[in-house]
Amino acid sequence: MKAARWTLGIVGDLLVTAGLLLLLFVGWQLWWTDVTANRTQDATVSTLTRDFAETPAPTGPTSEQPKAVPFGKAFAIVRIPRLGADYARPLLQGTSRDVLEDGIGHYDGTAGPGAIGNFAVAGHRTTYGRPFHDIDKLRTGDVVVVETKTAYSVYAVKRHEIVAPTDVQVIAPVPDKPGAKPTERWMTMTACHPKYSAAQRYVVFAELVKTYPRADGLPAGTLAVPKGA
Amino acid sequence: MLYAAIWRALPGPLAVRILLAAVLVLAVVAVCFLWLFPRIAPLMPFNDNTVDPSAARAASYVHQDHR
Repeated sequence: MKAARWTLGIVGDLLVTAGLLLLLFVGWQLWWTDVTANRTQDATVSTLTRDFAETPAPTGPTSEQPKAVPFGKAFAIVRIPRLGADYARPLLQGTSRDVLEDGIGHYDGTAGPGAIGNFAVAGHRTTYGRPFHDIDKLRTGDVVVVETKTAYSVYAVKRHEIVAPTDVQVIAPVPDKPGAKPTERWMTMTACHPKYSAAQRYVVFAELVKTYPRADGLPAGTLAVPKGA
Repeated sequence: MLYAAIWRALPGPLAVRILLAAVLVLAVVAVCFLWLFPRIAPLMPFNDNTVDPSAARAASYVHQDHR
């Protein structure tokens, strides 16, 4: 009888412990990963801003080839006024788990910012700084600015899709038309959908409006927060 | 029982015991946050944000409403 009570007590304690650990994990995933990732990503944006300012602006071609950027390296800053006047996230090469914890990831093998084809990126919808948390708030015409060492590429949102995780045609050189030869300059953003799930992907397509060389700067008002944001 | 046993095993007066207990709790939280959780997070099914042909397993139960 006594042994049974003792065993029951231990089992109860272990169950309580398991419950506490699960709660702790939820807290870590939903809160702490945001804290650390935001810190890292803000620091990366500051470093990039400084690097970009130090580099003398080249006068050559303004769209970069993605293959020039080593895997995991931050090479651009993404600004989306709809998501906040101070919204600035680093863009890193690659879309592995590690890379996406440090910012928005650029799909290997897709076009570079401002280039002909499909400049495709992925970001967390929730956790790890959740750069694309409000990706579903983007409306047609909303501006996405991608700042690199050489240029500002200004894209305007055209449409969105909700697709299965295997639907890689969204990042084809011509979005949704795999195999077609690209003539336009698209940008595709992917994030998980619905929030706190990875059952689907929320995909936003934007088309290049114009690329401005760094020396020229962005036209005034480009980064103005749209009404109702 | 487990926790009662740990509490009884802590030495010193009440104030010291409370301090020790707090340190132990913090140590467990730190190990979880800095070591354990980052290692088990990749196994969780809600952190994928990319489109990927190898995501077939995750896609098998998806209702496709886009075509």
